[in-house]
Amino acid sequence: MVKFVPLKEAVAQNLHDGDAVAFEGFTHLIPTAAAHEAIRQGFRDLTLIRMTPDLIYDQMIGMGMARKIVFSYVGNPGVGLLRRARDAIENGFPRAIEVEEHSHAGMANAYEAGAAGLPCAVFRGYRGAGLAEVNPNIKSVTCPFTGEVLAAVPAIRPDVTFIHAQKADRKGNVLVEGIIGIQKEAVLAAKRAVVTVEEVVDNFDDLHPNLTVLPSWTIAAISVVPGGSHPSYTHGYYERDNAAYLEWDEIAADRDRFQAWMQKNVIESSADDFAARVEHLRKAA
Amino acid sequence: MSDTEDLGFTPNEMMTIAASRALKNDDVCFVGIGAPSAACNVARLTHAPDITLIYESGTIGTAPDVLPLSIGDGELCETAVTTVAVPEMFRYWLQGGRISIGFLGAAQLDKFGNINTTVIGDYAHPKTRLPGGGGAPEIATSSREVYITMAQSKRGMVEKIDFFTSFGHGEGGDHRKRLGIDTAGPTLLITDLAVWKPDPVTKEFTVVSVHPGVTREQLQATCGWTVKFVEALDETPAPTELELKTLRDLQARTKAAHAGTAKGKAA
Repeated sequence: MVKFVPLKEAVAQNLHDGDAVAFEGFTHLIPTAAAHEAIRQGFRDLTLIRMTPDLIYDQMIGMGMARKIVFSYVGNPGVGLLRRARDAIENGFPRAIEVEEHSHAGMANAYEAGAAGLPCAVFRGYRGAGLAEVNPNIKSVTCPFTGEVLAAVPAIRPDVTFIHAQKADRKGNVLVEGIIGIQKEAVLAAKRAVVTVEEVVDNFDDLHPNLTVLPSWTIAAISVVPGGSHPSYTHGYYERDNAAYLEWDEIAADRDRFQAWMQKNVIESSADDFAARVEHLRKAA
Repeated sequence: MSDTEDLGFTPNEMMTIAASRALKNDDVCFVGIGAPSAACNVARLTHAPDITLIYESGTIGTAPDVLPLSIGDGELCETAVTTVAVPEMFRYWLQGGRISIGFLGAAQLDKFGNINTTVIGDYAHPKTRLPGGGGAPEIATSSREVYITMAQSKRGMVEKIDFFTSFGHGEGGDHRKRLGIDTAGPTLLITDLAVWKPDPVTKEFTVVSVHPGVTREQLQATCGWTVKFVEALDETPAPTELELKTLRDLQARTKAAHAGTAKGKAA
């Protein structure tokens, strides 16, 4: 059953060296606090899975924690490139990393297949695309009914998935709303799932019946971390810190500046620091 | 580049406005971030108020007051008709054939509308690792048509792209059909200097309309392949006052909104 535990414990109990891990969030609800806790605990040789790696994987790669990265868009959304990830791919710094690259459609279908308990996903994709030539995990199957040749990719099944969500009720059911991205599939595809939430409420009695709720028994651990997705945002709580994304481009451009920033803002910080970081981004009531 | 001092608008403004004009009120448009996003919203705010704008974050029928920095800004969700999960976006709405126009930008483009946003140099040992395709590989093949917009440069518009992120017309002619792709592919390219359309047979992008004040020499000097022109070459109508005001207001609101979050930031 789900346990409410401090983030430090949730990460220590569910993430291990060498794991294939997904910290999912599609621009919205990025589990930054969980990623920073993983960085503080210094895991090694991780396979990092995520459609849009963005800042947290740039940070984990820059700290030398990743052996491999599985992704479909390795950019800083709306800003440009991810400079630590680039340094690793282009120069092997601080270590070389293996790359498995897909399209968004490929990743989304692969997560869905993982959640559905299928070995692979089948979809109409990668036609004429160079990725099909450089990624051996992109293959094709022929429809037995129509003869149409379709793309096939293996299901994604992370050892552990981390997501951030709006709230949990006291039983540990979790509500995700707004841009829900791939989080439901990433949780259901994983062996274990850890969720950080903005708050815990008594119950979900007043919710609309079709909202995305992950039942408590699909989740291993919940940690309450207000502000835990900063500089991403949590719909209904605080806005995206676009300025931080712009600033990251400069921080990550320089190896030393990156290290100094990580030391101050991650290594010497804790999950408790996130609430203050979003204070100015909360909408006036 | 061109002497636009007297014209009262910049080449980039002309590009965005020319791109916006190509969109129709009943289009369902899958919007790429950056230049396409600006063009699509100018269209919505001028001649195409009912256009359906879709961003790959799952927001369908969105009407943002400011341009999003990312494809998943909260504004997109708050103003959307509905917001769906990402797998649903790609499976039902894009793959399902619901998108009339896929609107893409490009880092590198060739004359057949093939796009590279993946790497400069060799894939395994890239000189520059770009962000990659995201949704584009399937937007390029599942949208009924593809529009492309980018500013011209010799680095950007090249004879041979380094990587086929998104398939356009391949080697030209019927290459799409030979690969089993039954959508039209790139049918329009809008740059800061001209409007281009593919030749009906060869599928090579050909200039059909030159923006005001732009010369053929300028067009060739900023393009890595030998530029072809249609015989009945048009001049793109200059931006109207309404178009310019709409674009500039949108950009001013956007700038103010994105700078606003910088104040008092802790980390």
